[in-house]
Amino acid sequence: MRIPCPHCGERDVHEFRYGGDASKKRPTHGSGDLKTWHDYYFLFDNPKGAHEEYWQHVLGCRQWFSLKRDVAKNEVLK
Amino acid sequence: MSTFKRLASGGMIDRTQTITFSFDGKKMTGHGGDTLASALLANDRLLVGRSFKYHRPRGIMAAGVEEPNALVSVEKRPNTPATTLQLVDGLAARSQNAWPSLKFDAGAINSLLSPIFGAGFYYKTFMGPRKKSWMFYEPFIRRAAGLGKGSYDPDPTRYDTRHMFCDCLVIGSGPAGLAAALTAARSGLRVVLAEQDFEFGGTILSQGDEATRSWRDAVLADLQEHKECRLLSSATVQGIYDGNHAVILHGNTLESLRARTIIFATGATERPLVFPNNDTPGVMLASALRTYLNRFAVSPDASVVFATNNDSAYQSAFDLSAAGVAVTVADARKTLSGDVLARAAQAGVAIFPSSGIADVLGNKSVRAVKLSGTRSVTIECDAVAMSGGWSPNVHLTSHGGVKPVYDETIAAFVPGHLPSGQHAVGAAIGIFGTLGCIADGEKAGRAVIAQLGAQPPARELARPAVAADKPYVILPVWATTLKKDKEAFVDFQSDVTAKDVRTAYQEGFRNVEHMKRFTTLGMGTDQGKTANINALAMMAELRTQTIPETGTTTFRPPFTPLTVGAIVGRSFHKHFRPIRRSPLHQWHEQNGAVFIEAGLWQRAWYYNWAGATPETAYIKEMELVRQNVGIADVSTLGKIDIQGPDAAEFLNRVYVNGFAKLPIGRARYGVMLNDDGLVLDDGTTSRIGQNQYYMTTTTAQAGEVMSWLEYLLQCHWTDLKVHVASLTDEWGGMAVSGPKSREALQLAFPGVDVSNEALPYMGVKDIQFDGVTVRLMRLSFSGELAYEVHISADYTQSLWEHILKAAEPLGIKPYGLEALASLRIEKGHVAGIELDHRNTLDDLGLGKMASKDKPYVGKELRFRENLQAPDRWSLVGLELMEPEKKLRGGSILFSSYDEIKGHGRGYVTSVTWSTELQKFIALGLYQGGLQHEGEEIVAAFPLKNEQAKLKIVSPHFIDKEGARLHA
Repeated sequence: MRIPCPHCGERDVHEFRYGGDASKKRPTHGSGDLKTWHDYYFLFDNPKGAHEEYWQHVLGCRQWFSLKRDVAKNEVLK
Repeated sequence: MSTFKRLASGGMIDRTQTITFSFDGKKMTGHGGDTLASALLANDRLLVGRSFKYHRPRGIMAAGVEEPNALVSVEKRPNTPATTLQLVDGLAARSQNAWPSLKFDAGAINSLLSPIFGAGFYYKTFMGPRKKSWMFYEPFIRRAAGLGKGSYDPDPTRYDTRHMFCDCLVIGSGPAGLAAALTAARSGLRVVLAEQDFEFGGTILSQGDEATRSWRDAVLADLQEHKECRLLSSATVQGIYDGNHAVILHGNTLESLRARTIIFATGATERPLVFPNNDTPGVMLASALRTYLNRFAVSPDASVVFATNNDSAYQSAFDLSAAGVAVTVADARKTLSGDVLARAAQAGVAIFPSSGIADVLGNKSVRAVKLSGTRSVTIECDAVAMSGGWSPNVHLTSHGGVKPVYDETIAAFVPGHLPSGQHAVGAAIGIFGTLGCIADGEKAGRAVIAQLGAQPPARELARPAVAADKPYVILPVWATTLKKDKEAFVDFQSDVTAKDVRTAYQEGFRNVEHMKRFTTLGMGTDQGKTANINALAMMAELRTQTIPETGTTTFRPPFTPLTVGAIVGRSFHKHFRPIRRSPLHQWHEQNGAVFIEAGLWQRAWYYNWAGATPETAYIKEMELVRQNVGIADVSTLGKIDIQGPDAAEFLNRVYVNGFAKLPIGRARYGVMLNDDGLVLDDGTTSRIGQNQYYMTTTTAQAGEVMSWLEYLLQCHWTDLKVHVASLTDEWGGMAVSGPKSREALQLAFPGVDVSNEALPYMGVKDIQFDGVTVRLMRLSFSGELAYEVHISADYTQSLWEHILKAAEPLGIKPYGLEALASLRIEKGHVAGIELDHRNTLDDLGLGKMASKDKPYVGKELRFRENLQAPDRWSLVGLELMEPEKKLRGGSILFSSYDEIKGHGRGYVTSVTWSTELQKFIALGLYQGGLQHEGEEIVAAFPLKNEQAKLKIVSPHFIDKEGARLHA
């Protein structure tokens, strides 16, 4: 798989680390109760198809970014 | 009596070149362009192996990668098909699976026992009488059955890895592949043409036709003119992965190729027919005989009997007939086309319609065949040619998860609907004529050009001057109603017979995946390339289902066996993974350090001055630090520079304890959690200036913490004005520890005030030394009065040497990782081994550090119900109560009244000899933790059958009040 880094351009997936679901909004620091954080941290959809997710160009510019990927085909959608 | 011979003329071999090779020690000769298989046949060598289970004599069946029988060992590399091995001078090949010799094989007794050696036999028979019987029998069975033996020696071959890109990958260089490649290349696209054979041409090489061969030569010459086009022979595409990523074994180089588009011109594989004794040496695929004749000028001596169910076999029959071989054809079909009949009459080929082969006579080679059908006759012959029709090579098109679909008209599976950017052409989709293949390849080439927006070539490709393609007509027959089916082989390599398939059906293993595992069908090194369709068609018929309903097993990479060495490339031994070295590495090397791997790091483990073994040396080094002063390399610690107006707020968020009010010139120990409330890492952070901080992390978590901080700043807290930069590699560090460490620093930095007032415990100051910034931090990992001294990596060694020299009068010496880690155990400091991402603050005795007044990462989930349970495994100190016994890290902890069984109540994380207490002490995690302080428990190490009594104590073994730190 090749991943488009917004800073360096398209690079091999081996240069990146996966950072999980990016579709959910992190509760504001210091707000939210145990359930809010539990749901944020532990509950994820597991779609077959488009998935919004975080990646970091960890062996490159170290930029974190989100992208949409078809997880069934490993196709980057945007 | 000979059965095969080399013809005096013809073929594509180089007769001017004579190549000497040996097979099982016997010297023979062949020509340039031969494969081992063609050279063996030219030497009339039919018997080349013994079969897997029954040790039946086996010969060469095919002429390509699908070969199931003729596997040989070359230079300790087993299981290479003789049909794919290019003949080179001095090649020494050996047969496999025969003992003591190929001609007399002791294991052939299995063949007399074949009634009881059927599918599932091993599992059923050797399971009784006791549960462990299979364990007992298995090694013997594995020795009797098996293919070539691997070697324990290092592979002498040097493999490489290559990463490449192209616009269009064309797989296969038959008529369709050549046409596709040239069309795409002419538009200026970067084309890679990968051919698994050492010659380009595919089926063109097997046809004797001059016009097609000159067309091939012209296309290849044209392709060579295109500089952007790479022509790879001996290049097998082993797998196709996501995003058109092809993995190609090209000679000894594994190429990882990113192709924008792929054209699969992978051709088709001829299927054998299933009839009794169809594995006798001399029974071959019809197309293979044609290849040996036209490409290698090797032919059966005088006569061949063909068995077929389709028209394609007649091309071979007519070619052999033209070469002077007497040809008889048994055709399963009742009516044949007028064209076939007319050409057969002209060639003098006798045809028996509605016929097949009832049996093959002859043991180590074919003597005669008995025909079944309308006329039961016995015909003497040198070889048998069989054709059960053609199966398109759908393997690579299926790797991406596209299931093949069944095409009734050719009675075979073809590729399913391929994603955009992939095209399958020619025989791979069931187009079996040369002209049809060229047209199809050209069409796909143009489709690729259109997709990539390149300029299409103005003119069409030239066509060879050959007659129009003949239609391909097939009557599929499957061997379900066969008599004598226990000697009719479906999978030759795995010794699976028609009877085994029937047995699988009868015993309920009817799903193709179950049948595969029950019979071992398709599980050999050939992956059932010739076997799978016959077997699943039989199963479909037994189940009275259609073939598509029965389905295929899953095609997985690699396409042909791939040696592990090729995957590894040069990434082995020291190149297996990167090595990280501290800036002091060279000094350690030159000054008697013994190294140990810690993650990727090479760290100084102990020094020779202290002893010759780690067991003795670390104790000396510990004593040095406790009584005097030592210096240790701590450059591997994660070091992060944090700057910005919101840096204080940022640190206050990520650490559980308060950092907002940390004054300039002070350091603080901090612990950070993950969002899940479990401990991520610990370390110290110093405030260097108003907006600048210097964080250290554990060696193990340096990368993880850096990424985590970047994640929070870049993805979530984008409003914070903070920047983080890793200094781990840019800065080096050393710990100067021991009661005399202050004196040591005074000697090293005479003009600097390092008194307790000027640099108190947790004090930090940057000083200038010889014009270079040196960061002095009064931190202690050992529990003694100690300092960390950090400096740019370029100057780390000179500073280290300077301190050693300046403090020499005090007796300063270096100490290594073992002593460093042992000192901290005595002090009760947790380290990487305790911080395993499964512990809470309370588990590690750090709960009181957490702020009650401010939010911090992980605060909410830290209070999950289960993380509050009082019986969680938590940190304890342990003392060995039986001094004569050994205590090991990883020992399982049990209470004194437990049965020593299972996972216990915890485990020992770190063990050391305590120089202060003069006994073995340890840290561990124990159920309920210090609630059990004072109790006697048991440490068990079942691997060595050891048990020892321990006492639970406070993890702070020395200086509980911290008097030494503040001295």
